[in-house]
Amino acid sequence: MTRYESLEASLGHTPLIGLPKLSPKSQPGKPAVRLWAKMEDRNPTGSIKDRTAMAMIDDAEKTGRLKPGATILEPTSGNTGISLAMVAKVRGYNLICVMPENTSIERTQILEMWGAKIIYSPAAGGSNEAVRVAKEISEQNPEWVFLYQYGNPANTLAHYNTTGPEVFEDLPTVTHFVAGLGTTGTLMGAGKFLREKNPNIAIIAAEPRYGEVVYGLRNLDAGFVPELYDASIITRRFSVGAEDSVRRVRELLEVEGIFAGISTGAILHAALGIAKECVDAGVGADIAFIVCDAGWKYLSTGIYGKDSDSEVLDGQLWA
Amino acid sequence: MSTPVSAPAIEVRIPTILRPYTNSEKVVSAEANNLGELIAALNSKYVGLGERLLENNELRRFINIYINDEDVRFMGSLAATLKAGDSVTILPAVAGGCK
Repeated sequence: MTRYESLEASLGHTPLIGLPKLSPKSQPGKPAVRLWAKMEDRNPTGSIKDRTAMAMIDDAEKTGRLKPGATILEPTSGNTGISLAMVAKVRGYNLICVMPENTSIERTQILEMWGAKIIYSPAAGGSNEAVRVAKEISEQNPEWVFLYQYGNPANTLAHYNTTGPEVFEDLPTVTHFVAGLGTTGTLMGAGKFLREKNPNIAIIAAEPRYGEVVYGLRNLDAGFVPELYDASIITRRFSVGAEDSVRRVRELLEVEGIFAGISTGAILHAALGIAKECVDAGVGADIAFIVCDAGWKYLSTGIYGKDSDSEVLDGQLWA
Repeated sequence: MSTPVSAPAIEVRIPTILRPYTNSEKVVSAEANNLGELIAALNSKYVGLGERLLENNELRRFINIYINDEDVRFMGSLAATLKAGDSVTILPAVAGGCK
Protein backbone atom coordinates (compact mmCIF):
# COMPACT_ATOMS: atom_id res chain seq x y z
CA MET A 1 0.00 0.00 0.00
CA THR A 2 1.57 3.27 -1.04
CA ARG A 3 -1.46 5.54 -0.50
CA TYR A 4 -1.47 7.56 2.73
CA GLU A 5 -3.99 9.86 4.39
CA SER A 6 -1.36 12.56 5.01
CA LEU A 7 2.35 13.28 4.83
CA GLU A 8 2.81 12.24 8.45
CA ALA A 9 1.09 8.92 7.79
CA SER A 10 3.76 8.07 5.22
CA LEU A 11 6.42 7.79 7.92
CA GLY A 12 8.71 4.77 7.84
CA HIS A 13 8.49 1.55 5.81
CA THR A 14 11.56 2.77 3.98
CA PRO A 15 13.15 0.53 1.36
CA LEU A 16 16.06 -1.78 2.17
CA ILE A 17 18.30 -1.69 -0.86
CA GLY A 18 21.02 -4.21 -1.72
CA LEU A 19 24.50 -3.05 -2.70
CA PRO A 20 25.53 -5.71 -5.20
CA LYS A 21 28.64 -3.87 -6.39
CA LEU A 22 29.91 -2.50 -3.08
CA SER A 23 29.43 -5.78 -1.19
CA PRO A 24 32.83 -7.52 -1.10
CA LYS A 25 33.38 -10.78 -3.00
CA SER A 26 33.54 -13.86 -0.82
CA GLN A 27 36.40 -16.36 -1.04
CA PRO A 28 35.71 -19.23 -3.47
CA GLY A 29 33.23 -21.70 -2.01
CA LYS A 30 32.39 -19.45 0.94
CA PRO A 31 28.95 -17.91 1.64
CA ALA A 32 28.05 -14.41 0.46
CA VAL A 33 28.64 -11.24 2.46
CA ARG A 34 25.94 -8.75 1.52
CA LEU A 35 25.40 -5.10 2.40
CA TRP A 36 21.90 -3.63 2.65
CA ALA A 37 21.08 0.09 2.88
CA LYS A 38 18.01 1.19 4.86
CA MET A 39 16.97 4.32 2.97
CA GLU A 40 15.84 6.67 5.73
CA ASP A 41 15.99 9.65 3.39
CA ARG A 42 12.62 8.41 2.08
CA ASN A 43 10.86 9.67 5.21
CA PRO A 44 8.53 12.72 5.13
CA THR A 45 11.25 15.37 5.67
CA GLY A 46 14.09 13.22 4.38
CA SER A 47 15.78 11.75 7.43
CA ILE A 48 15.55 9.01 10.04
CA LYS A 49 14.75 11.72 12.58
CA ASP A 50 11.15 11.88 11.41
CA ARG A 51 10.62 8.68 13.41
CA THR A 52 12.06 10.25 16.57
CA ALA A 53 10.28 13.58 16.18
CA MET A 54 6.87 12.12 15.52
CA ALA A 55 7.15 9.59 18.35
CA MET A 56 8.20 12.28 20.83
CA ILE A 57 5.39 14.62 19.81
CA ASP A 58 2.77 11.84 19.82
CA ASP A 59 3.92 10.80 23.28
CA ALA A 60 3.88 14.37 24.63
CA GLU A 61 0.35 14.86 23.26
CA LYS A 62 -0.83 11.58 24.76
CA THR A 63 0.59 12.39 28.20
CA GLY A 64 -0.82 15.92 28.07
CA ARG A 65 2.55 17.70 28.14
CA LEU A 66 1.94 19.21 24.73
CA LYS A 67 -1.17 21.35 24.36
CA PRO A 68 -2.42 23.27 21.29
CA GLY A 69 -0.29 26.33 20.54
CA ALA A 70 2.56 25.20 22.82
CA THR A 71 6.21 25.99 22.19
CA ILE A 72 8.65 23.11 21.77
CA LEU A 73 12.34 23.54 22.62
CA GLU A 74 14.97 21.11 21.31
CA PRO A 75 18.77 20.88 20.99
CA THR A 76 19.57 19.59 17.49
CA SER A 77 22.33 19.65 14.92
CA GLY A 78 19.65 19.79 12.26
CA ASN A 79 17.69 16.72 11.28
CA THR A 80 15.58 16.35 14.43
CA GLY A 81 14.87 20.06 14.28
CA ILE A 82 13.77 19.79 10.65
CA SER A 83 11.47 16.86 11.48
CA LEU A 84 10.00 18.64 14.50
CA ALA A 85 9.57 21.83 12.46
CA MET A 86 7.44 20.06 9.87
CA VAL A 87 5.24 18.33 12.46
CA ALA A 88 4.99 21.53 14.53
CA LYS A 89 3.90 23.44 11.43
CA VAL A 90 1.25 20.88 10.52
CA ARG A 91 -0.07 20.46 14.08
CA GLY A 92 0.11 24.10 15.16
CA TYR A 93 3.03 24.27 17.59
CA ASN A 94 5.92 26.71 17.79
CA LEU A 95 9.46 25.35 17.65
CA ILE A 96 12.71 26.76 19.01
CA CYS A 97 15.86 24.87 18.07
CA VAL A 98 19.19 25.20 19.82
CA MET A 99 21.74 24.38 17.12
CA PRO A 100 25.56 24.58 17.07
CA GLU A 101 26.73 27.49 14.91
CA ASN A 102 29.05 25.19 12.91
CA THR A 103 26.42 23.31 10.91
CA SER A 104 25.66 23.57 7.20
CA ILE A 105 23.70 26.60 5.91
CA GLU A 106 21.02 24.36 4.41
CA ARG A 107 19.93 23.24 7.86
CA THR A 108 19.20 26.80 8.91
CA GLN A 109 17.40 27.50 5.65
CA ILE A 110 15.16 24.45 5.96
CA LEU A 111 14.38 25.06 9.64
CA GLU A 112 13.36 28.63 8.90
CA MET A 113 11.31 27.50 5.93
CA TRP A 114 9.06 25.52 8.29
CA GLY A 115 8.89 28.41 10.71
CA ALA A 116 11.31 27.28 13.41
CA LYS A 117 13.29 29.81 15.42
CA ILE A 118 16.98 29.08 15.93
CA ILE A 119 19.20 29.88 18.89
CA TYR A 120 22.83 29.19 18.03
CA SER A 121 25.20 27.60 20.53
CA PRO A 122 28.99 27.99 20.33
CA ALA A 123 30.96 25.79 17.92
CA ALA A 124 33.40 24.60 20.58
CA GLY A 125 31.89 21.63 22.32
CA GLY A 126 29.55 20.90 19.38
CA SER A 127 26.30 19.20 20.33
CA ASN A 128 27.37 19.03 23.98
CA GLU A 129 27.10 22.81 24.07
CA ALA A 130 23.72 22.77 22.29
CA VAL A 131 22.44 20.35 24.92
CA ARG A 132 23.84 22.45 27.77
CA VAL A 133 22.40 25.69 26.39
CA ALA A 134 19.00 24.06 25.72
CA LYS A 135 18.85 22.69 29.27
CA GLU A 136 19.60 26.16 30.62
CA ILE A 137 16.92 27.78 28.45
CA SER A 138 14.46 25.06 29.46
CA GLU A 139 14.99 25.84 33.15
CA GLN A 140 14.41 29.52 32.48
CA ASN A 141 11.27 28.81 30.43
CA PRO A 142 9.44 25.96 32.14
CA GLU A 143 6.32 26.66 30.06
CA TRP A 144 8.14 25.47 26.94
CA VAL A 145 7.95 21.75 26.23
CA PHE A 146 11.42 20.25 26.28
CA LEU A 147 11.17 16.97 24.35
CA TYR A 148 14.91 16.29 24.68
CA GLN A 149 15.77 13.55 22.19
CA TYR A 150 18.89 12.46 24.13
CA GLY A 151 16.89 11.35 27.15
CA ASN A 152 13.36 10.81 25.83
CA PRO A 153 12.42 7.09 25.87
CA ALA A 154 9.96 7.77 23.01
CA ASN A 155 13.04 8.20 20.77
CA THR A 156 14.34 4.70 21.55
CA LEU A 157 10.82 3.29 21.41
CA ALA A 158 10.29 4.72 17.90
CA HIS A 159 13.14 2.56 16.62
CA TYR A 160 12.13 -0.43 18.73
CA ASN A 161 8.63 -0.25 17.26
CA THR A 162 9.45 0.66 13.66
CA THR A 163 13.07 0.69 12.42
CA GLY A 164 14.01 -2.64 14.03
CA PRO A 165 10.88 -4.55 12.95
CA GLU A 166 11.15 -3.17 9.40
CA VAL A 167 14.75 -4.36 9.04
CA PHE A 168 13.86 -7.78 10.43
CA GLU A 169 10.80 -8.13 8.23
CA ASP A 170 12.74 -7.30 5.07
CA LEU A 171 15.89 -9.22 6.06
CA PRO A 172 15.18 -12.04 8.54
CA THR A 173 18.73 -13.31 7.94
CA VAL A 174 20.31 -10.07 9.16
CA THR A 175 23.57 -10.78 11.03
CA HIS A 176 24.79 -7.21 11.63
CA PHE A 177 22.99 -3.90 12.14
CA VAL A 178 25.12 -0.77 11.71
CA ALA A 179 23.93 2.74 12.59
CA GLY A 180 25.25 6.10 13.69
CA LEU A 181 25.69 7.02 17.32
CA GLY A 182 24.23 10.41 18.23
CA THR A 183 21.34 10.40 20.64
CA THR A 184 21.88 6.62 20.48
CA GLY A 185 18.10 6.15 19.94
CA THR A 186 18.43 4.21 16.66
CA LEU A 187 20.94 1.72 18.01
CA MET A 188 19.26 1.33 21.38
CA GLY A 189 15.76 0.80 19.97
CA ALA A 190 16.38 -1.13 16.75
CA GLY A 191 19.32 -2.93 18.38
CA LYS A 192 17.21 -4.13 21.30
CA PHE A 193 14.46 -5.36 18.98
CA LEU A 194 16.86 -7.21 16.67
CA ARG A 195 18.75 -8.75 19.61
CA GLU A 196 15.45 -10.10 20.96
CA LYS A 197 14.80 -11.72 17.58
CA ASN A 198 18.36 -13.05 17.23
CA PRO A 199 20.62 -13.09 20.31
CA ASN A 200 23.66 -13.56 18.07
CA ILE A 201 23.15 -10.43 16.00
CA ALA A 202 25.97 -7.87 16.09
CA ILE A 203 24.90 -4.28 16.81
CA ILE A 204 27.58 -1.96 15.47
CA ALA A 205 27.90 1.74 16.31
CA ALA A 206 29.61 4.25 14.02
CA GLU A 207 30.44 7.46 15.82
CA PRO A 208 31.57 10.52 13.87
CA ARG A 209 35.01 11.85 14.76
CA TYR A 210 35.06 15.58 14.26
CA GLY A 211 37.81 18.16 14.05
CA GLU A 212 39.52 19.36 17.20
CA VAL A 213 37.24 22.33 17.81
CA VAL A 214 34.30 20.06 18.63
CA TYR A 215 36.33 18.35 21.37
CA GLY A 216 37.44 21.71 22.76
CA LEU A 217 35.45 21.34 25.97
CA ARG A 218 35.94 23.70 28.88
CA ASN A 219 36.77 20.73 31.07
CA LEU A 220 36.37 16.98 31.01
CA ASP A 221 33.24 17.17 33.12
CA ALA A 222 31.61 18.96 30.17
CA GLY A 223 31.73 15.59 28.37
CA PHE A 224 28.40 14.03 27.57
CA VAL A 225 26.88 10.57 27.29
CA PRO A 226 23.19 10.60 26.28
CA GLU A 227 20.84 9.38 28.98
CA LEU A 228 19.39 6.86 26.50
CA TYR A 229 22.73 5.11 26.00
CA ASP A 230 23.01 1.52 27.22
CA ALA A 231 26.37 0.00 26.29
CA SER A 232 25.06 -3.55 26.76
CA ILE A 233 23.06 -3.24 23.50
CA ILE A 234 26.21 -2.56 21.47
CA THR A 235 28.65 -5.20 20.23
CA ARG A 236 31.35 -2.95 18.78
CA ARG A 237 31.79 0.78 18.38
CA PHE A 238 33.90 2.58 15.79
CA SER A 239 35.02 6.18 15.55
CA VAL A 240 35.10 7.40 11.93
CA GLY A 241 36.76 10.61 10.81
CA ALA A 242 35.69 13.04 8.09
CA GLU A 243 38.20 11.72 5.54
CA ASP A 244 36.90 8.13 5.67
CA SER A 245 33.28 9.33 5.79
CA VAL A 246 33.67 11.52 2.71
CA ARG A 247 35.55 8.77 0.83
CA ARG A 248 32.76 6.29 1.54
CA VAL A 249 29.87 8.63 0.78
CA ARG A 250 31.47 9.31 -2.62
CA GLU A 251 32.05 5.60 -3.17
CA LEU A 252 28.36 4.95 -2.45
CA LEU A 253 27.49 7.57 -5.06
CA GLU A 254 30.02 6.36 -7.64
CA VAL A 255 29.49 2.62 -7.31
CA GLU A 256 25.83 2.21 -6.37
CA GLY A 257 24.36 5.57 -7.40
CA ILE A 258 23.10 6.37 -3.91
CA PHE A 259 23.32 10.06 -2.92
CA ALA A 260 23.63 10.07 0.87
CA GLY A 261 24.53 12.56 3.57
CA ILE A 262 27.97 12.61 5.15
CA SER A 263 27.11 10.72 8.36
CA THR A 264 26.07 7.77 6.20
CA GLY A 265 29.68 7.64 4.97
CA ALA A 266 30.83 7.01 8.55
CA ILE A 267 28.26 4.24 8.94
CA LEU A 268 29.18 2.66 5.60
CA HIS A 269 32.86 2.77 6.55
CA ALA A 270 32.16 0.70 9.66
CA ALA A 271 29.87 -1.64 7.68
CA LEU A 272 32.54 -2.24 5.03
CA GLY A 273 35.14 -2.94 7.73
CA ILE A 274 32.84 -5.58 9.21
CA ALA A 275 32.13 -6.99 5.74
CA LYS A 276 35.84 -7.42 5.08
CA GLU A 277 36.32 -9.21 8.41
CA CYS A 278 33.51 -11.61 7.46
CA VAL A 279 35.06 -12.29 4.05
CA ASP A 280 38.48 -12.89 5.64
CA ALA A 281 36.91 -15.29 8.15
CA GLY A 282 35.01 -17.07 5.37
CA VAL A 283 31.63 -16.53 7.02
CA GLY A 284 28.45 -15.30 5.38
CA ALA A 285 26.78 -12.10 6.53
CA ASP A 286 23.78 -9.89 5.85
CA ILE A 287 24.82 -6.46 7.03
CA ALA A 288 22.06 -3.84 7.24
CA PHE A 289 23.10 -0.23 7.70
CA ILE A 290 21.29 3.07 8.00
CA VAL A 291 21.31 5.76 5.33
CA CYS A 292 20.39 8.64 7.67
CA ASP A 293 19.56 11.22 5.03
CA ALA A 294 20.37 12.23 1.45
CA GLY A 295 23.16 14.59 0.47
CA TRP A 296 21.09 17.66 -0.40
CA LYS A 297 21.72 19.41 2.92
CA TYR A 298 25.48 19.08 2.51
CA LEU A 299 25.95 20.30 -1.06
CA SER A 300 27.25 23.64 0.19
CA THR A 301 30.22 21.88 1.82
CA GLY A 302 31.45 20.92 -1.66
CA ILE A 303 32.39 17.41 -0.58
CA TYR A 304 30.66 15.72 -3.51
CA GLY A 305 32.94 17.41 -6.04
CA LYS A 306 35.62 15.33 -7.74
CA ASP A 307 38.46 17.43 -6.31
CA SER A 308 36.85 17.91 -2.93
CA ASP A 309 38.84 17.65 0.23
CA SER A 310 37.42 16.47 3.54
CA GLU A 311 39.40 19.24 5.25
CA VAL A 312 36.52 21.60 4.42
CA LEU A 313 34.62 19.76 7.17
CA ASP A 314 37.21 20.56 9.80
CA GLY A 315 35.44 22.32 12.64
CA GLN A 316 31.98 21.53 11.22
CA LEU A 317 29.38 19.25 12.73
CA TRP A 318 28.95 17.18 9.59
CA ALA A 319 26.93 14.32 11.08
CA MET B 1 63.57 -16.83 16.24
CA SER B 2 64.05 -14.57 19.22
CA THR B 3 61.25 -13.58 21.57
CA PRO B 4 60.76 -9.83 21.78
CA VAL B 5 61.89 -8.61 25.18
CA SER B 6 60.22 -5.22 25.14
CA ALA B 7 56.61 -4.21 24.52
CA PRO B 8 55.75 -2.46 21.25
CA ALA B 9 55.89 1.33 21.09
CA ILE B 10 52.35 2.66 20.66
CA GLU B 11 51.46 6.06 19.22
CA VAL B 12 48.84 7.91 21.28
CA ARG B 13 46.84 10.94 20.13
CA ILE B 14 46.09 13.38 22.92
CA PRO B 15 43.03 15.72 22.84
CA THR B 16 43.48 19.45 23.39
CA ILE B 17 42.01 19.29 26.86
CA LEU B 18 44.71 16.88 28.08
CA ARG B 19 47.70 18.49 26.36
CA PRO B 20 48.65 20.52 29.43
CA TYR B 21 49.86 17.15 30.77
CA THR B 22 51.97 16.28 27.71
CA ASN B 23 53.88 19.56 27.28
CA SER B 24 51.37 20.43 24.53
CA GLU B 25 52.38 17.37 22.48
CA LYS B 26 49.55 16.18 20.22
CA VAL B 27 51.04 12.74 19.70
CA VAL B 28 53.09 10.88 22.27
CA SER B 29 54.43 7.35 22.46
CA ALA B 30 54.84 4.67 25.11
CA GLU B 31 55.60 0.95 25.22
CA ALA B 32 52.87 -1.42 26.34
CA ASN B 33 51.22 -4.77 25.64
CA ASN B 34 47.76 -3.67 26.70
CA LEU B 35 45.82 -0.51 27.43
CA GLY B 36 46.28 -0.68 31.21
CA GLU B 37 50.05 -0.88 30.74
CA LEU B 38 49.91 1.94 28.23
CA ILE B 39 48.14 4.30 30.62
CA ALA B 40 50.59 3.39 33.40
CA ALA B 41 53.53 4.04 31.06
CA LEU B 42 52.03 7.36 29.95
CA ASN B 43 51.44 8.39 33.53
CA SER B 44 55.05 7.76 34.48
CA LYS B 45 56.15 10.06 31.64
CA TYR B 46 53.36 12.62 32.03
CA VAL B 47 52.49 12.77 35.68
CA GLY B 48 48.79 13.33 36.39
CA LEU B 49 47.56 12.14 32.98
CA GLY B 50 46.57 8.71 34.31
CA GLU B 51 44.29 10.24 36.89
CA ARG B 52 42.46 12.21 34.17
CA LEU B 53 41.79 8.96 32.30
CA LEU B 54 40.99 6.56 35.13
CA GLU B 55 38.85 6.52 38.22
CA ASN B 56 38.92 3.51 40.56
CA ASN B 57 41.01 1.75 37.92
CA GLU B 58 38.28 2.08 35.27
CA LEU B 59 37.97 4.48 32.35
CA ARG B 60 36.31 7.71 33.36
CA ARG B 61 32.75 8.11 32.09
CA PHE B 62 33.53 11.05 29.81
CA ILE B 63 36.74 9.58 28.36
CA ASN B 64 36.70 7.46 25.21
CA ILE B 65 39.77 5.59 24.03
CA TYR B 66 40.06 3.96 20.63
CA ILE B 67 42.56 1.42 19.32
CA ASN B 68 42.74 1.83 15.54
CA ASP B 69 39.37 3.64 15.67
CA GLU B 70 37.59 0.96 17.70
CA ASP B 71 36.23 1.80 21.17
CA VAL B 72 38.24 -0.09 23.81
CA ARG B 73 35.19 -0.52 26.03
CA PHE B 74 34.06 -3.24 23.60
CA MET B 75 37.55 -4.80 23.40
CA GLY B 76 38.17 -5.58 27.06
CA SER B 77 38.79 -1.98 28.24
CA LEU B 78 42.12 -1.85 30.13
CA ALA B 79 42.86 -5.46 29.16
CA ALA B 80 42.59 -4.64 25.42
CA THR B 81 45.79 -5.90 23.81
CA LEU B 82 48.16 -3.74 21.79
CA LYS B 83 50.51 -4.76 19.04
CA ALA B 84 53.19 -3.02 17.03
CA GLY B 85 51.71 -0.47 14.65
CA ASP B 86 48.52 0.11 16.65
CA SER B 87 47.40 3.68 17.04
CA VAL B 88 45.54 4.85 20.14
CA THR B 89 43.29 7.92 20.25
CA ILE B 90 41.97 9.51 23.43
CA LEU B 91 38.89 11.75 23.12
CA PRO B 92 36.44 13.35 25.52
CA ALA B 93 32.86 12.08 25.07
CA VAL B 94 30.81 14.37 22.85
CA ALA B 95 27.38 13.90 21.35
CA GLY B 96 27.51 13.20 17.64
CA GLY B 97 25.83 11.82 14.58
CA CYS B 98 22.78 12.38 12.46
CA LYS B 99 20.68 14.28 14.98
